[in-house]
Amino acid sequence: MNSSARPTVTGTADATGGTDGFAVDARDLTRRFGSFVAVDHITFDVKAGEVFGFLGANGAGKTTAIKMLVGLLAPSEGVAHVAGFDIRTQRDRIRRNIGYMSQRFSLYADLTVRENIRLYGGIYGLAPEHIAKRTDTMLETLGLSSNADDLVGRLPLGWKQKLAFSVALLHEPKIVFLDEPTGGVDPITRRQFWELIYTAAARGTTVFVTTHYMDEAEYCDRISIMVDGRIAALGSPTELKEKFGADSVDDVFVRLARSATKGEAA
Amino acid sequence: MTNAVEVRALGKSFGPVKALDDVSLDVSEGELFGLVGPDGAGKTTLFRILTTLLIPDTGSATVLGLDVVKDFWKIRSRVGYMPGGFALYPDLSVAENLEFFAAVFGTTVEKGYELIAPIYKQIEPFRDRRAEALSGGMKQKLALSCALVHRPDILLLDEPTTGVDAVSRREFWDQLGNLKASGLTIVVSTPYMDEALRCDRVALIHGGKILEVDPPHSIGARYTLPLVAVRGANRFELLQSLRKFPHARAVYLFGDELHYTDRRSDASPEAVAAELREYFASRGQEDVETRPIAAGIEDSFMELMGSAPPPPPRPTATAA
Repeated sequence: MNSSARPTVTGTADATGGTDGFAVDARDLTRRFGSFVAVDHITFDVKAGEVFGFLGANGAGKTTAIKMLVGLLAPSEGVAHVAGFDIRTQRDRIRRNIGYMSQRFSLYADLTVRENIRLYGGIYGLAPEHIAKRTDTMLETLGLSSNADDLVGRLPLGWKQKLAFSVALLHEPKIVFLDEPTGGVDPITRRQFWELIYTAAARGTTVFVTTHYMDEAEYCDRISIMVDGRIAALGSPTELKEKFGADSVDDVFVRLARSATKGEAA
Repeated sequence: MTNAVEVRALGKSFGPVKALDDVSLDVSEGELFGLVGPDGAGKTTLFRILTTLLIPDTGSATVLGLDVVKDFWKIRSRVGYMPGGFALYPDLSVAENLEFFAAVFGTTVEKGYELIAPIYKQIEPFRDRRAEALSGGMKQKLALSCALVHRPDILLLDEPTTGVDAVSRREFWDQLGNLKASGLTIVVSTPYMDEALRCDRVALIHGGKILEVDPPHSIGARYTLPLVAVRGANRFELLQSLRKFPHARAVYLFGDELHYTDRRSDASPEAVAAELREYFASRGQEDVETRPIAAGIEDSFMELMGSAPPPPPRPTATAA
């Protein structure tokens, strides 16, 4: 992909976002904390409808980068657009056009399944009739219809994760950010979750996902691997394995991450 | 050789949830034993019973020949336990955490230093940093140092690698290998199937039940159905096609391939692989590679869990 020849998305002129086919474009995105450079001039694109794996060791700068992309942290330098909107000046529009799911803070444990969906629907500004209709479809797809009035805190972890993912898609965002969405679940449930990801991507939703499971990295269309705040590798799993002469993404990852100098000291 | 751990018909329920259901297993002295299973499988409950923090409803267990109910006081001083989530004191420094754990066991950091040195030296430069400010990999090293500082006879590690990146995970397992070489018995739980390969033996655990106990390389040997790896351009499309194949028992994403299990136990894997190639060709899906493969731990785990999709969940009381 020849990203340098592409005109920059301006966001202001493009209210629908990402019409040139990019869900994320970042140019020299940088974040410093004092003298520490957590994210160091990263440049990458994510195509619309792509499943993009964002990998890196603990402390490599992934979380800081994601926080900037979803509008929770201002960059020190560089530019980025998400769904066509500028992460510096259009944070509100970004928040309305993205979905976000983290392993820890997604659903309210002491609300029921139905109440969680209604709450998030309300936050995203969906009309009550619309929420009601989406709720029924969602529960049916997930096989959770008979659990609509159960407290979310009492559902098994794998079901919580699937529900949280569906809730993150409730307002039909152009791009959804998933931060370690499958931690701790059994291998079958993990694969079912990835089938939900593929289904969403097949409908045109861009999926931006982090994971510590290296087999899941292989499920992505393209992946980037962050080391010491920089993107050390970027490409399809097949391209990266060829480039590094490795059998698996796990090998590529370990080789790159072992060269890290400041990860652990962060 | 005597057994460092003996578990007999152990049962423990929390309300309607059977966290452990008739669990029996032995761990030999000096063994590196893995407990492999997802969240909610019963791993933590088993650890809490073995560390005498929880009393079983039924059955019995011994650790180092001591009964977990009657001899709980004796067991506690001889066991090194690293709970899930590392359980460090966030507002104490690295050095203070270590000193605290040494003091609780009536010893000093100096007396345990030789044993912990290979691990602790890596975080010693940060000895004045508060534990809450450490990275995942550093917390893990500190927690392991704290579990070892009183020189225990057995180490019980509950998901020490969860949430830790692939590099730190490998280093951690290298360290466990070194500790094992020094003669220590280690029982370690993990949700990562690939880590099972680093153990002498593993127990696959799911839904409170032990599915199988074997050396990691023997586990796949019990997989009797034909298993075929399928590789092609559009994986999601291939997955959906394969599920429609009349003899399909299970089809799963697997790294950069798909794993297909045929329901005909008497079919040869080579013949199934050839049949699948024809099937894809007849559907106009070209350039699909199929080849028979031997089952790995994850294949076995999924087969033992049951290839049928799980029923809709019943609300469960959350077991710790």
